[in-house]
Amino acid sequence: MRVAITSGKGGTGKTTVSTGLFHVFSKYLKYDVQLLDCDAEEPNCHIFIKSDNVTSYPVNISIPYIDPDKCTFCGKCKNVCAFNAIVMLPAIKFAEVVEDMCHGCGACSYVCPEGAIKELIKPIGRISHYDCHGIDYFIEGRLNVGSALQTRVIRETIDHARQKGVVLFDSPPGTSCPVIAAVSKADYVVMVTEPTPFGLYDLRLMADTVKQLGKKHGIVINKSGLNYKPLYEYISQNKITLLGEIPFKKEYAMAYSKGEILTEYDKGLMDIYIGIINSIFDGQAV
Amino acid sequence: MGKPFEIVVLSGKGGTGKTSITAAFALLAENAVITDCDVDAADLHLILSPVVYKSENFASGSKAVIDRERCTACGFCPELCRFEAIEFKNNGYYVDEYACEGCGLCKEVCPVGAVNILKYENNRIYFSNSRFGPMVYGKLGIAEENSGRLVSRIRQYAQETAKKTRARYILTDGPPGIGCPVISSVTGSDLVIAVTEPTRSGWHDLQRLIEMTGRFKTPVLVIINKYDLNKDMTITIENNLKGKGIKVSGKIPYDETMIRSLLEGKTINEFKPHGTIAYELSRIWEAIV
Ligand code: SF4
Ligand code: SF4
Repeated sequence: MRVAITSGKGGTGKTTVSTGLFHVFSKYLKYDVQLLDCDAEEPNCHIFIKSDNVTSYPVNISIPYIDPDKCTFCGKCKNVCAFNAIVMLPAIKFAEVVEDMCHGCGACSYVCPEGAIKELIKPIGRISHYDCHGIDYFIEGRLNVGSALQTRVIRETIDHARQKGVVLFDSPPGTSCPVIAAVSKADYVVMVTEPTPFGLYDLRLMADTVKQLGKKHGIVINKSGLNYKPLYEYISQNKITLLGEIPFKKEYAMAYSKGEILTEYDKGLMDIYIGIINSIFDGQAV
Repeated sequence: MGKPFEIVVLSGKGGTGKTSITAAFALLAENAVITDCDVDAADLHLILSPVVYKSENFASGSKAVIDRERCTACGFCPELCRFEAIEFKNNGYYVDEYACEGCGLCKEVCPVGAVNILKYENNRIYFSNSRFGPMVYGKLGIAEENSGRLVSRIRQYAQETAKKTRARYILTDGPPGIGCPVISSVTGSDLVIAVTEPTRSGWHDLQRLIEMTGRFKTPVLVIINKYDLNKDMTITIENNLKGKGIKVSGKIPYDETMIRSLLEGKTINEFKPHGTIAYELSRIWEAIV
């Protein structure tokens, strides 16, 4: 079963919940679970997960290169490019691909009648595997700074996930393409929110997205304690499962700032996480 | 009157208080056009409660659709699509709308013209007036891609509005992360204010953000929010930034006032005008302008 942990906005505690679930699963329930950091723009799980054996390799795309000697400046490639990535000025015999805008789709080289376009490999990110006793328990997808193709990196990261057992995705926040890339590959979606107007507003968008994708889902309220009624009303009116609430304590924020996994830091949280796990798996997963 | 000064507030990591700080600056700026380019989670309007007078759809992407009547299932397009967006099910080919990037290659290769490229018009741009001045903001349709284009369009409208109202500043609540919408919001702006928090993840993400903005000429200033949550980390961040020649323009203590003002839909400077945070934010703003 694949469980995506996400939130409508960043900073609600998505990574806290992902690493917390991972920790309770593996250390306490002794269940062999794999964690994937799919938040490729800002991958943070590694801060909480230690390993001395990390192997990594690049995520590549093919970027076209236009050979000025073969190009007749017919403009076919420029017209077909859906991303406006080709600049062509026939008057001065200039044709070039703007790498940062190119999605590497290959349409231009397909349509070029002169065979003037060849493709070169360009790395856009990295995937790292963290090992422990030969078990590949954590995989991170990381976007290279300056690249705008986070979605591609996320998809490739998920392609490397285990096919069996429980896999947790720390997915990106929001509702746009990077989130969908992760959430659409999951069986269950955990939406992490906080009891504030921002939290509720973004949760609504997230819940609509998840419903549209037809995924099973539930909510975790992080930093609970602020009695923000509209959030609870929303949850009950829409009959969404409340998986659990993690209280707000300033000391949690402090422990988090140092890169400590909260369940390691405060054993009382363990029960809350076990409750969350039981609700996700209907009490029969582990 | 010259060109307005464009300030974009970013954070790398989400939840650092970027929007609350932008809202306070909107009040302090007095003569600004405000934009929310955090199009995934556009929250600034929850504090500024603007009145919308106009809105429009914005198409930022396209997707392929296969006409099942025409498709002969020759199998050319799934072979060439680089995004694995064409799947075979129920004896025919379908485009997975979430994987398709709308590149149009399948339309080019299809020998029987069975592929159509449709524009997706799910995004909306709102033109409004807030209590601190005109505000332009966007909302990304569910599962939309190319939020970078939506961001560019919002900024373009903000620049037009600023010309009309002779605004001195354009103040943008930018998106989190370092991906395409962030790149679009930094391109051509005059100043980036990066809001961070003294956590290992905050610092990690800030470094990536600074590396990204380093590709542009735009100068960067940093605000450390909740700096007293981990003072050692704050010092590490300050020292490292000094080494990179980046200025920390202010430090804001952890205080529940931030959240309480939010619950009331007010900026911090309205909620507690004489508090430490309001004072610090005014000082930072003065120093910036
Ligand atoms: S590979 Fe695709 S995106 Fe890149 S230049 Fe060619 S047509 Fe445009
Ligand atoms: S438009 Fe491009 S990405 Fe979409 S299905 Fe066709 S070839 Fe694949």
